Amino acid sequence: MPEILQYGFMQRALLAGLMIGTVAPLIGVFLVLRRLSLIADTLAHVALAGVAAGILLRTYPVGGALVAAIVAAVGIERLRVSGRLFGEAALAVFLSGGVAVAVVLISVARGFTVDLFAYLFGAITVVQPRDLWVILALGLVVLAAVGTFYKELFAITFDEEGARVQGVPVDALNLLLTALVAVTVVVAMRVVGILLTSALIVIPSITALRLARNFQETLRIAVACSLVSVLAGMVASFYLDVAAGGAIVLAALGLFAVVSMLGRGAGPR
Amino acid sequence: MRTFETWPTVSTAASAAPLVALAHVCFSYGREQVLHEVNLEIQAGDFLGIIGPNGAGKTTLLRIMLGLARSECGHVRLFGQDIRVFRDWHRVGYVPQKAVAFEARFPASVLEVVLSGRTGLAGLARRFSAADRQAAFDALETVGMVDHRDRLIGRLSAGQQQRVFIARALASRPALLVLDEPTVGVDVEAQEQFYGLLRRLNRERGTTLVLVSHDVGVIAAEVTRLACLNRTLIFHGSPQEAIRTGAIARMYRDDSLLVTHRH
Repeated sequence: MPEILQYGFMQRALLAGLMIGTVAPLIGVFLVLRRLSLIADTLAHVALAGVAAGILLRTYPVGGALVAAIVAAVGIERLRVSGRLFGEAALAVFLSGGVAVAVVLISVARGFTVDLFAYLFGAITVVQPRDLWVILALGLVVLAAVGTFYKELFAITFDEEGARVQGVPVDALNLLLTALVAVTVVVAMRVVGILLTSALIVIPSITALRLARNFQETLRIAVACSLVSVLAGMVASFYLDVAAGGAIVLAALGLFAVVSMLGRGAGPR
Repeated sequence: MRTFETWPTVSTAASAAPLVALAHVCFSYGREQVLHEVNLEIQAGDFLGIIGPNGAGKTTLLRIMLGLARSECGHVRLFGQDIRVFRDWHRVGYVPQKAVAFEARFPASVLEVVLSGRTGLAGLARRFSAADRQAAFDALETVGMVDHRDRLIGRLSAGQQQRVFIARALASRPALLVLDEPTVGVDVEAQEQFYGLLRRLNRERGTTLVLVSHDVGVIAAEVTRLACLNRTLIFHGSPQEAIRTGAIARMYRDDSLLVTHRH
């Protein structure tokens, strides 16, 4: 058995990483095509406030992150639909608000010896058995939702108005998609870190967009790119002792750069 | 040429309710009223052209028919049912203005796009069935795009994309097809093909067509009924009558007067 598989923490990190690597780009393709990439980043920052609240209340920080991210997801979607704020302004409000709440809570919680750094930047050594089960369960929720509503999500992503005319419940599906982003962010947070979750959601998706010849292929390529990046990043992290989240995102960026250079003029577009 | 036996035939009996009935419809954006007291009935089998100058409320009227906007007064009925309780949306096909409909780099194949026209009919959270795929294939055949089914939608010409959007609308085998400025950006040859296709749908399948356009000359030659709209309905009848009574000329003349008054 290679050394990397001999440690329990590494086995858990790899399993968690495979789930994250599957779920993040799956949601990412829909977000990128709907020009909502920034929602992932916003919800990640709100999740930080949830983590801080969890630490302060001495409960499970990942639970706090999940609650905060989902509440924010509903709020953002409502603001977006009401049209009272410009789309991106709503995101800015939630992003900065999330960070502000987190910073205040962290300062109140001064004295706790919990490594917030691990949440901000991710770490493979911190995936406890409980974290692994939460990541796997939440990941399965996202997979099941995308599998169940695949054709509806495609329809609203390709042409929202056309879907509405067909009687597709567009508003409910938009809310579902935003909630799934919240869940995905929380799933990815532990390993990749809050600051880099949106990278794993967005970068493999844009790589896939350069190569794919249809929508299903886009999803498959995005997941493949993401899994390669996660594994490469984790191996690098283990043997070279560098931060896993950073290594994963750099691997994803490397793939994107290679595809961009090779695909210039030769790709499907 | 395909046979159209599988198509639902539309009853043209005189007793049948109109497919679309608008009564006292009005709509405003803010304080500006764009539609005022519009009364319009569309009968099964009609090929109705809606023309009018820019800002006449044509697209708004379509959006009200499609349930995308709600009339502020009066009422709207589709297939004899109040639009607020209407659920048979698969009986209505919609071809949007191409330019606003989609992102050219969207990674979807032609078949995926056309199949998405069955989303509502197939039912929430269900996978597409063999019947859905067959209907999409038939629709592609109708518009002559079967051979292009695996190509990326963004790689097609404007005219081909337009045919794909018509196929998407036809995939649910609608009795009523609504088209918004469909020939914008399409070359002359593709336009001729397009009107040929509409003629076949209308005459051979009995599909009721509603077509919004600013292209008055072509429309008047193709349609069986004409509606002239300029915030309110100025004329509704046969195109020959519209020309004879001077309704078209009057509508545009009034509009140009309106514009000069504003300056």
